[in-house]
Amino acid sequence: MDNPQLVIIGSGPAGMAAALYASRARIKTLLLERISPGGQMLLTHWVDNYLGFPDGIMAYELVEKMTAHAKRFGIDEMNGEVVSLAKVQDGIRLELANGDSILTRAVIIATGANPKRLNAPGEQELTGKGVSYCATCDGPFYRDQTVAVVGGGDTAVEEALFLTKFARKVYLIHRRDRLRAVALLQEKALSEPKIEPVWNTVVESVNGVNAVESLSLLNKVTGERSELPVNGVFVFVGLAPNTSFLPLEVKRDEQGFILTDEWMKTSVPGILAVGDCRAKPLRQIITAVGDGATAAFAVSHMLTTE
Amino acid sequence: MSSDKVIHVTDNDFDAVVLKSSVPVLVDFWAAWCGPCRAIAPVIDALAADYDGKAKICKMNVDENPSTPGKFGIRAIPTMIVFKDGKVVDQITGAVGRAAIDTALNRAL
Repeated sequence: MDNPQLVIIGSGPAGMAAALYASRARIKTLLLERISPGGQMLLTHWVDNYLGFPDGIMAYELVEKMTAHAKRFGIDEMNGEVVSLAKVQDGIRLELANGDSILTRAVIIATGANPKRLNAPGEQELTGKGVSYCATCDGPFYRDQTVAVVGGGDTAVEEALFLTKFARKVYLIHRRDRLRAVALLQEKALSEPKIEPVWNTVVESVNGVNAVESLSLLNKVTGERSELPVNGVFVFVGLAPNTSFLPLEVKRDEQGFILTDEWMKTSVPGILAVGDCRAKPLRQIITAVGDGATAAFAVSHMLTTE
Repeated sequence: MSSDKVIHVTDNDFDAVVLKSSVPVLVDFWAAWCGPCRAIAPVIDALAADYDGKAKICKMNVDENPSTPGKFGIRAIPTMIVFKDGKVVDQITGAVGRAAIDTALNRAL
């Protein structure tokens, strides 16, 4: 294979949109994916806020449609994990986990983010044994049981609502006294009889031997400690970007999200960043695809003016 | 497609196919409603082709086979368990890249 002009790392919605726009600009594009396309869309069941689908759409169906669309105008695809990348004289060199190396002119980083951990004792030991970060994967194991959701943003509230399809009771544990989620989701959650909010509260530990049995809670306002018996706990307390493989020259904010300009260009010429791994105010499918299109346009501009 | 090398195990034949196996066995516990399970399906297919003769690569549908996942305390999918001589030697939860599964399997070989 000849050297690609552009390598896109990651095939979530941002990477796939970049691939679509790059291929239509006839840029020789390689789309690299670590596991399989979809990114965090694979972690949710249903998408209700992506424009053009007025009745909502199954997340997996949207992944399949996006994948087909991204490939339609011709791109190269490869499975592989980038372990490092560096600016070299004639472009950017990527090193892959399998030892391969790729030289290219431009890179679009679309590596997304992963759910943040609570960092509470017991959490790691009981992951997969009652601690979960994916309600659509693990919700059905909790039929007629009691679960807790930790978090107060869109994802937490959306997944708490999804879990009411299975669980008998869903505690929604949030460190503040009101939810951060969009108004429509708040209305739904607070009027759902199976959901009981637990305000001003943090999880101090996840308890259980071979399965989650309870959570130790601390009320931040009263200072009161309590034990809440649950069969499972779903954690949605924000995102951590997948950016640790990048060189220091690619500037990031204090949480690791990549800083870009409005063209999606990073502090290193030829390296762009899109989607959830980028510092931005709103992380949604609809904002990810916009980033992808903009970045491909910027690369096209860069390659023709060089 | 290499998926014909993947062995689909059930509650009924789990003992015979997995626990009494003379070679290490990887079992991928999955369900149709799980996005990440679908995402790693091609990885499981590829493993089945590459480890042919050295290890068995199996899949178990947790909807159709409730007893075995219960026995191993599985409350998350995909979960991949590596068995050797009838014992659990490794367990991976969630969709991971091929390298992590290779590492687990090679330790058991």
